[in-house]
Amino acid sequence: MSKMNLKVNGKFFEIDIDPATPVLWVLRDHLNLVGTKYGCGIGSCGACTVLLNGRALRSCQLPVSAVGTMEITTIEGLSENGEHPVQKAWLELDVAQCGYCQTGQIMAAAALLKSKPNPTDEDIETVMSGNICRCGTYLRIKDAIKKAAKLTTK
Amino acid sequence: MVGFSWLANLIPNEALARTGSANEWIELTGFIKITPDNQIKIFSPNPEFGTNVITSLPMMVAEELEVDWKKVIIEQGDYDTPRFRNQFTGGSQGMRMAWKPLRTAGATARQLLLQAAANEWNVSVTDLKASNGVVYHKGSNKSLTYGELATAASKLPAPEKVVLKKNSEFSLIGTPQKNVEGKKIVSGKSLFTLDYKQEGMLIAMAIRPPAFGLKLKSFDAAEALKMPGIKNVFDIQVYKDGYVRAGFDTRTFNNLVVVVGNTTWEVMNARKKVNVEWEPIESYKETVAAWGGKKEEMIPAGLESTDSHIKQMYEMQKKQGRVLRKDGDPETAFAKAKKVLERTYSAPFLSHNPMEPISCFAHITEEKAFFVAPIQIPEMMKQSITTNLDIPANKIEMKLARMGGGFGRKAYGHYIIEAGHISKKMKAPVKLIFTREDDMNNGIYRPSYMVTYRAAIDEKNNVTAIHIKGGGIPEGAIHENRFPAGAFENYLAEGWEIPSNITIGAFRAPGSNFIASAEQSFLDELAETIGKDPIDYRIELLKKAKANPVGKNNDYDADRYIGVLELVKEKSNWVKTNNKNARRGVAAYFCHNSYAAHVIDVSMKNGQPVVEKVVSALDCGFVVNPEGAKNMVEGAVVDGIGNALYGGMRFEKGVPMQKNFHQYRIIRLREAPKKIDIHFVQNNIDPTGLGEPPFPPVFAALANALYKATGKRFYNQPFINGLAKS
Repeated sequence: MSKMNLKVNGKFFEIDIDPATPVLWVLRDHLNLVGTKYGCGIGSCGACTVLLNGRALRSCQLPVSAVGTMEITTIEGLSENGEHPVQKAWLELDVAQCGYCQTGQIMAAAALLKSKPNPTDEDIETVMSGNICRCGTYLRIKDAIKKAAKLTTK
Repeated sequence: MVGFSWLANLIPNEALARTGSANEWIELTGFIKITPDNQIKIFSPNPEFGTNVITSLPMMVAEELEVDWKKVIIEQGDYDTPRFRNQFTGGSQGMRMAWKPLRTAGATARQLLLQAAANEWNVSVTDLKASNGVVYHKGSNKSLTYGELATAASKLPAPEKVVLKKNSEFSLIGTPQKNVEGKKIVSGKSLFTLDYKQEGMLIAMAIRPPAFGLKLKSFDAAEALKMPGIKNVFDIQVYKDGYVRAGFDTRTFNNLVVVVGNTTWEVMNARKKVNVEWEPIESYKETVAAWGGKKEEMIPAGLESTDSHIKQMYEMQKKQGRVLRKDGDPETAFAKAKKVLERTYSAPFLSHNPMEPISCFAHITEEKAFFVAPIQIPEMMKQSITTNLDIPANKIEMKLARMGGGFGRKAYGHYIIEAGHISKKMKAPVKLIFTREDDMNNGIYRPSYMVTYRAAIDEKNNVTAIHIKGGGIPEGAIHENRFPAGAFENYLAEGWEIPSNITIGAFRAPGSNFIASAEQSFLDELAETIGKDPIDYRIELLKKAKANPVGKNNDYDADRYIGVLELVKEKSNWVKTNNKNARRGVAAYFCHNSYAAHVIDVSMKNGQPVVEKVVSALDCGFVVNPEGAKNMVEGAVVDGIGNALYGGMRFEKGVPMQKNFHQYRIIRLREAPKKIDIHFVQNNIDPTGLGEPPFPPVFAALANALYKATGKRFYNQPFINGLAKS
């Protein structure tokens, strides 16, 4: 166990923890930020996607000791009231079915739009194919990202 | 621990802020609660696993109640089946079973509120009108809100008869409405069992045998117990000896080693340090009392492998099967046939793989047994909870958490019993967690199947007989009374089963998800063999079955079947595009009370299929929520393509070979169709479900399109294996 300071969603947290603990479980078990989901634990489904200094990352593969001073943003910190353009687009296109993977999808989409404000279909396919939606809402995800791009550039 | 209230997420914050206490809610009919200041809450009775019944079921209540949908608060009902009468999420039955009861609940409450106003003003109910949560007197400017009337209404006797609206009078039902939980989903609110927490809650994980055909012999937990945060390691017996299983009590392993500790990561690590010895099972019998009968189930010993399964299935195909249905004289027709078309189809075991792996919260105390569970049919767990956990039924309390997908897997709530045992032993609140590997590798799969279709063809290219023979491990998929039964004078259906210790359960459109793919691929090849258009040939057969049905128990409505075929034909522009260059396939199916047809267009890129477009036609009766319905169909199409191309669980010596998503391929965004175009047959037939019906015909529509694109027929799932070899 060791003491660590983490910056998550703009706030500082001091935790005493096994430094090998993946950020996913730090968020869920220790900080009660349960919007970041566990899906596979091997970085293959994207349900646990968070932003680390703005870059999308699989939090199940990231030991807390590797975070250092970098800032973590989770779905709870993406916007104050769920009003990030990606979240708005997700609601407008009624994307979710079961909803479990969607926070990871939204975080991946938000990072994509940050680096490519007007992504092509190919950009979306490449980046978002890292996130599984078992319900099969992929077409709506794709459309919602395009919608969010429009909302952002407006 | 940071303060946390999961319950607060179930009740919208605005509602909590506006109401002083929950006591002010006045209940009407069990489905509706109203406050004096006219907040109106509607309970969704059925567990939600992604089909969006939490939106469409309350729409039925709201329509008849006459309230403003935008202002209504929707809340997931807890497990209380006497109150809600039905809490069944499965079999595409949600909409169908709710259609009259939920509208009746809304209409009953409205009538009570009208009567309360009539009593208050001393006027006749016929002089009153209810609209947007307010009762108006037609002859004056008097009005009272539902909130002002609710207390009086709740004391009135229930009306003997209520009149429901005609479909043409609906203003909410039939309009597209968005998911009422959308905002919570996109902002990451606590909704799922895995998100649930309680003060003092411990985390538990189980160790289960690494292979089917093994059981627990002994374990040594000395090292694990020294690990940080670990509270205890022990074994549990899930079901009592001699427990007679009900239909949804399937579980794979009965003796588990359990590791309990403070946090998920600590328990995950400690679990690896437990040394467990396994031993082979002996063959045994289990009694199952389900579906109106009692039967003995034989569970064989041994470590099974996919390769030997396939050999066994081919062996069974050589023997005579159990005759399931016979019309006319198929033997003579085949003997006289000029040509026989014979094709064999197979499919592997499938894992449901819902995105949310299984978890269950339990806190068993003297006062009550409290669960938070992802469970499709909570009432079906009552017998198991009372018997295996020794808990009286009246002490069971269960929150029905939103499920992160189910596809049938979460109908089998053995994990509720497991969590209950652990809480009892620990005398603490516990959350049992399955890792992805636990979820994927511990059974309850879609069975593995094989079927052979044969058609006898005479010299005039008429099909004179159909013969279907097939089965599965450990359960077959023949629906002997479905189409094309009824369309052929001479028809024979035979079935068989091969016992197995690999456990199986319902998987989105059980049985249909395989047999539709075989049947509809065969009909495509048969139409081609006799030189007919595949859609026209199906319609011709259905018309024949309608005019002169062979046999008595034909399980489909030929007109509605034809309806979806004609609609998909029109919307896909089939006539103009089905030339020899077209790379498109068609399939249709009827199951779970609804009809579906798809036309799929594919192209090939680097030897891999690209699904360019899917046109779908559905007949599920009157569509309650077109937005939700479209989403359902889109999902079923993507799921069908994914499972047809990639799905499959293989076994070697009892060990499941796909451990996680790096080995079990799930369809990804780049592999999804570029476009899905969905059309509903417009009618006023009472609604039926959509969770399952669009799924089965996708497999065959894809196989038939792949044939056009590659020149090769695809008989064995997953199709990716055939593509790799081509």
